[in-house]
Amino acid sequence: MTPEGIAPVSEINVAPSILSRIGSAIGRFFSFNNRYLAPVLVTCILLIGQLTFGFLESYSRTALAILTSIAMELLLGRMLLGKWLNPASAYISGISIGMLLRSPEFWPYVICAMISITSKYVIRWRGRHLWNPSNFAICAMLLLAPYTVASLSVQWGNTIWPMLVIWTLGSVIIYRLKRFHITFTYVASFIFFAWVRHLVTGHTFLAEVSPITGPMYQLFIFFMITDPPTTVRRKWGQVLVAFLVAFVEMVLRLMEFVHAPYYALTIVGPLANIIEIWWTSRNQTAAGPTGQIATAS
Amino acid sequence: MQSRLTRTVLLIFFIGLLAFPLIYKRLAARNSAAETKTADPATVLARYGFSLTETSQSAGLQFKHTAPQLDAKLNHIMEQVASMGAAASVSDFDRDGWQDVYATNSGEGSKNALFKNLGNGSFKDVASEVGLEGMNSRENGVSMGAIWGDYDNDGFEDLFLYKWGRPELFHNEGGKSFTRVSDAVGLPKWLNANTAIWFDYDRDGKLDLFIGGYYAESVNLWNLPNTKMMPESFEYATNGGRKYLFHNLGGGKFEEVAEQLGIKSTRWALAAVAADLRGTGYPDLFIANDYAVSELFFNDGGKRFREVGAKTGVGYSPKSGMTASVGDVLNRGQFGIYVTNISEEGILVQGNNLWMPKAGTSGDNLIYENLANAMGVELGGWSFGAQFGDLNNDGFLDIYLTNGNVSLDRNKSYWYDYSKVAGGNKAIISDAANWPPLNGRSLSGYQKKRVWLNDGAGSFKEVAQLVGVTDINDGRSVALADFTNSGKLDVVVANQKGPLLLYKNSVTPEHKWIDFELEGASGSSGSNRSAIGAQVRVFWNGQQQVQEVSGGSGFCAQNQRRLHFGLGKSATIERVEIRWPSGKIQIVTAPEPNKIHKLKES
Repeated sequence: MTPEGIAPVSEINVAPSILSRIGSAIGRFFSFNNRYLAPVLVTCILLIGQLTFGFLESYSRTALAILTSIAMELLLGRMLLGKWLNPASAYISGISIGMLLRSPEFWPYVICAMISITSKYVIRWRGRHLWNPSNFAICAMLLLAPYTVASLSVQWGNTIWPMLVIWTLGSVIIYRLKRFHITFTYVASFIFFAWVRHLVTGHTFLAEVSPITGPMYQLFIFFMITDPPTTVRRKWGQVLVAFLVAFVEMVLRLMEFVHAPYYALTIVGPLANIIEIWWTSRNQTAAGPTGQIATAS
Repeated sequence: MQSRLTRTVLLIFFIGLLAFPLIYKRLAARNSAAETKTADPATVLARYGFSLTETSQSAGLQFKHTAPQLDAKLNHIMEQVASMGAAASVSDFDRDGWQDVYATNSGEGSKNALFKNLGNGSFKDVASEVGLEGMNSRENGVSMGAIWGDYDNDGFEDLFLYKWGRPELFHNEGGKSFTRVSDAVGLPKWLNANTAIWFDYDRDGKLDLFIGGYYAESVNLWNLPNTKMMPESFEYATNGGRKYLFHNLGGGKFEEVAEQLGIKSTRWALAAVAADLRGTGYPDLFIANDYAVSELFFNDGGKRFREVGAKTGVGYSPKSGMTASVGDVLNRGQFGIYVTNISEEGILVQGNNLWMPKAGTSGDNLIYENLANAMGVELGGWSFGAQFGDLNNDGFLDIYLTNGNVSLDRNKSYWYDYSKVAGGNKAIISDAANWPPLNGRSLSGYQKKRVWLNDGAGSFKEVAQLVGVTDINDGRSVALADFTNSGKLDVVVANQKGPLLLYKNSVTPEHKWIDFELEGASGSSGSNRSAIGAQVRVFWNGQQQVQEVSGGSGFCAQNQRRLHFGLGKSATIERVEIRWPSGKIQIVTAPEPNKIHKLKES
């Protein structure tokens, strides 16, 4: 999977299929190593959403966000790392911004994309960047430019079928990318906390579950909270973080924050990373200079 | 991997990026504040060419709208559901030469008002005298709006009243009284309409009637079997009311032909406007829908309507359409279409649409592009009614927009709960029981209005506060009319659960104007007597502007039928072309400015 981070993660190889060359090719495509799987998935979501429901603000704004992200990635990679980076991760950042950000103006798409990519190079600790780039940038825009910026709030038409197709396709791919436990934990936690909120607010359970039926959450669940460079490394840690994101979101929702999921991830994500980096570093110090975590360059 | 200098530069750059939105806002606010400081009345008049003064009380327009109390199952969101019904439409119903105003009310037992213009700056409510007063009841539904049109060509404007309930048509008996003729013409027994317009779609000289449903006609909001009557989607809802097109057969008879002619939409219509957008001579029909894309129906020779929203670009991005008005924004002899939507800072920024014909496209290949952002008329809050009109007579059409949805507790917002459910799936959003209770909270309330001045060069400037529009009511309907016959467009605003406002206009005398009051010849080869659909094209100082007589535009509103053209300073009118609905062309050479010209189709 190509994450939104700087360096691709490539620790695990999936064994090729032995059934046929086609099966093998499909297997390779859906493998954890395929850095283009996530970009393809997010592009599919964009195309389905736009061609069937016209949910983009405009093609030009989305294209602007994508191009700005890629340009910034190439520029900063060349200037700071001395090499031309693969633009796949910047493409995901750009397309996420292009879909999730809503503004009648053009400049927020440019600034948001620039903040997103630049944040990866600026906000780092011990070689790792802490925030999911597009999540950080969208939160920054929602906080700093609410006069012209909102987030995606449309839905997949007025039937449940497009939503089910996206959920099924996304889940299969995320499963192949070995991140399904994160998605599953978050969704299960969200539903549980929706029930808690229903008890607290007195609103119907369906009203509290309602937000997760929209496409914004599908992007959030499949691309933001699963982003490898900005999630903790251990599987149980990832499960815990997903649960905590849902918990903090519940708290924020009870405080009536409209953009609660973005803010929850912005709060929990870096804190979890900092704790993990500190914990790993402490253990390494105690164990001597043998272990070293893979860090983004 | 990075030098200290590089990291420092990168950090400064990053901080700059974060600071950009704040700096951008500060600079915009500074420019606005600088103008506010210098806004004394004389400066305002000199700078903008006009100022508006609210005079409803002194003019005798004492009217306050009340909202209905619908089925108790909706009590938890009553203010949000019962949030429409304040409307204003203008007509000279008694042909005394002065524009009158009909205002609708919506509380059960409340009274509508017909304000007769006494010609001395004051009005008198004569609704009870002429039989247009008590229209609102639980049994027969409540008023949503009204439109004037002379459907039987007897020279007096008749009134169609659309409701959440039983619609009514009243025949004007010589300006003295009105007779209910709803049953005779075959109107539906019940519908839930928020828009209707008069237009002669087949140019047979008789006005036809379009009605756009909002809630499905099967819904009786006072007697709900269940709570599943809300839109099934915030953007793609098709469970709204059907559309009606009543073809005028003459002799007081109508025939419903909407589906037969290709108008099959069941979206939630909130506004409609008809105008000849392609120069075919036949009026096309534009519908602004709530919870969906707008629809544009091209009129194929009065025989069929063809939906071309997606093809022309206007049916592209679904929003919350609430007004539809047409205007020749750039004095190019082409109509732009203005549609209002919802914008709430940080939550939902739909932006209004100003659909302008794309250069090089026309006729059946007409393509529209949304230039609202580029021209500065995009953000108007929770926008409702808006109308084009040259408020300062400088020769360019300006926009008056009113807004504000539900104003209750100023410090408590319903937006979080609203957005929580609005984005949900059909099964959730369509059931009112899933909508959290309003509990006295506001939903885009207490909003500042917008008056956008057109500079004629492609941009508008917002001047509402500066020119005197300072109310923060929950505005719904805007109608423009010259109530003093002095060449100035005054503004009537109907507010939900609020007063009917009259903004009296003062315009610099340096700016000239010319008005046209048209009357069709009627008869077999003539136009409808109201001249609805007639186009007037004024050529002056090397430019032109086209306007069309309308049978209803904006949100639940109708401007005066008289066409008003501002001309600016030193105006020399070359000629005026009148294209009557019948197709006849009439040319008036060098007409005198600063005068109301009354023209009859010959």
